[in-house]
Amino acid sequence: MEVRRKERIDRGIKVRSEGIYCVSSPKEMLYVAGPRALLIAGLLLLPLILEMAPYWKRVVNIMCVYGLLAISFDFLANVVGLVCLGGAMFIGVGSYMTAIFNVYLHLPIYMAIPLAGLSGALISTLLLLPCLSLRGVYFAIVTLMYPLLFTRIIEALNILGGTNGITGLDSFPNPYLENYVIIVLLLVFLFGLRRLMDEDIGLVLRGVKDNDQSVRASGVNVTHMKALAVFIASFIGCLGGAYLAHLYMWTGLSLFALDFSIIPIAAATIGGGGYMMGALIGTFILVPLSEFLRFFGTFRIVIYCLILTGFIVFKSEGIMTYLSRKYSQFERWAKI
Amino acid sequence: MDILVYGIINSVTLSLLSLGFTLVYSISRLPNFAHGALYITTGYFIWLFLNSLGLGYPLAVMLGIALAGLIGALMYRLVLIRIRGMEISEIIATYAIGLAIIEGLRWGGLRGTTFTLPSFASGFRDILGVNVDDQRLLVVGVGFSVFALLYLFVRLTRNGLALRGIAQDERAAMMLGIDSDRMAVVSFAIGSSLAGLSAALILPLGNIVVEAGYNVLLFSIAVSVIGGLGSWAGAIIASFVIGFAQILTEKFLSSHFQMVIALLAIIITLLIKPSGILGRQKELEERV
Repeated sequence: MEVRRKERIDRGIKVRSEGIYCVSSPKEMLYVAGPRALLIAGLLLLPLILEMAPYWKRVVNIMCVYGLLAISFDFLANVVGLVCLGGAMFIGVGSYMTAIFNVYLHLPIYMAIPLAGLSGALISTLLLLPCLSLRGVYFAIVTLMYPLLFTRIIEALNILGGTNGITGLDSFPNPYLENYVIIVLLLVFLFGLRRLMDEDIGLVLRGVKDNDQSVRASGVNVTHMKALAVFIASFIGCLGGAYLAHLYMWTGLSLFALDFSIIPIAAATIGGGGYMMGALIGTFILVPLSEFLRFFGTFRIVIYCLILTGFIVFKSEGIMTYLSRKYSQFERWAKI
Repeated sequence: MDILVYGIINSVTLSLLSLGFTLVYSISRLPNFAHGALYITTGYFIWLFLNSLGLGYPLAVMLGIALAGLIGALMYRLVLIRIRGMEISEIIATYAIGLAIIEGLRWGGLRGTTFTLPSFASGFRDILGVNVDDQRLLVVGVGFSVFALLYLFVRLTRNGLALRGIAQDERAAMMLGIDSDRMAVVSFAIGSSLAGLSAALILPLGNIVVEAGYNVLLFSIAVSVIGGLGSWAGAIIASFVIGFAQILTEKFLSSHFQMVIALLAIIITLLIKPSGILGRQKELEERV
């Protein structure tokens, strides 16, 4: 019997476009830019397409918030090597900060959200600083505890509105702004982070994950780099939280909920980690799915966890890696 | 005086809760984020055995503990064995399994005050002038005997020595013919049945509520981080530190702050001595 194996060959355009930047014909440019353009155009057109379905427009907004969280998780976990089990912490801190700025200090919405992002990121980074100089599971442990801790403290001290939360936040002036603020934010951070990965600093951050001793030997302070990465990731998360608070015109303890921690993890794992894009694809699958599963209540979390475990064990490369392999390589059966 | 008595009871409870987590981590270097889920599952199964199948109480407890051990062993055998060494995946997988169990139970109707286990012993006793119920005394007694049994097990039996070997130096132990995966399965089985045992002892003191799963996980993590991840003696010392700190806060502040104390203790430990009270051995490995 004839023995054959599957052979994979890179497309010529991939070889040329990867690193050498020698893309000449329109066809090749389309090959490189096509998927990106599709994503950008698709996201920007989505609110217009869903004009007839205001409920789903809202789902798109929430999906984009989860998308922000997912890329920040992916950035921390698969680039820097810090597993954050409490994305809800960023959402919660961001939403409470914007509530403080907007309701208590009467700042307008366009100042409250960026300020909430910055101050929230600062707070999160300071809170996480003690475990950044350590390897291993400490970061995961501490991030797991913080969302629960914030909930307990707010309940116990009855500060910041206590269990009722803070109401009366400004809403967005018009629904289009509401859609496009978050979509543009998502796109900016997605491509910004990918750009960051190609810079020198991205190389150092990858080094922190793969071999922190060599980074240290190169005279770079590992703890500083980790703190920087946490600041960037928590800035993204806090912006998402601040946006969400203004979308609901309310902030409360449910913004520390488990959903904000587990969906980004599941999304990044299903989509395939390391390039932010996969995390986004995962979110686009999971969040609409969770809308359909709304009937099941907390059982949704069980479903996410089972999908997540399944992907980790059986398909750890994720959807994105699979798709990009299909896109940039020929496959054929070859004789041995 | 009641601070001393309840402090000791609380500390032994904490160390019973966290012993399973510490044991699994010390042997297989896997943080078992499903620890709290196993605790609550055992409570639920014991309740099921008692009320739906109508089994006797001792039989139900034994079956429940055995089941917890089985779930733990299966978790390693079916899932974790495939992702061993990939740290990010290990953390996410155990966390996801734990969440799936806890939220599944919540969805399945584990809510409210209907779920209670009868206590082994009812009655009160006067100890050093403090009124203590017999169930809490039983917790302390079983706690100390479990420590003693475990101590003897890892020092005197073949399997126990193999477990210690793996914990100290995995490669050297493998060279001597100890199967690392088999020992990890054993450690998961023992660790999970310890979670089950603590559930059987402690849950009769209150209702079975799902939130306890998270609390147990957090407290056991706090104890083992402060004691030094993977150090058993450290974990026991740490549970006394946290146990007394909690009783003191409950007395002078409010019981809401118990969790805050645990986290503060973790942060302080990480700032001052990241390897914990007795974790000297691995200190160099864990610092960047």
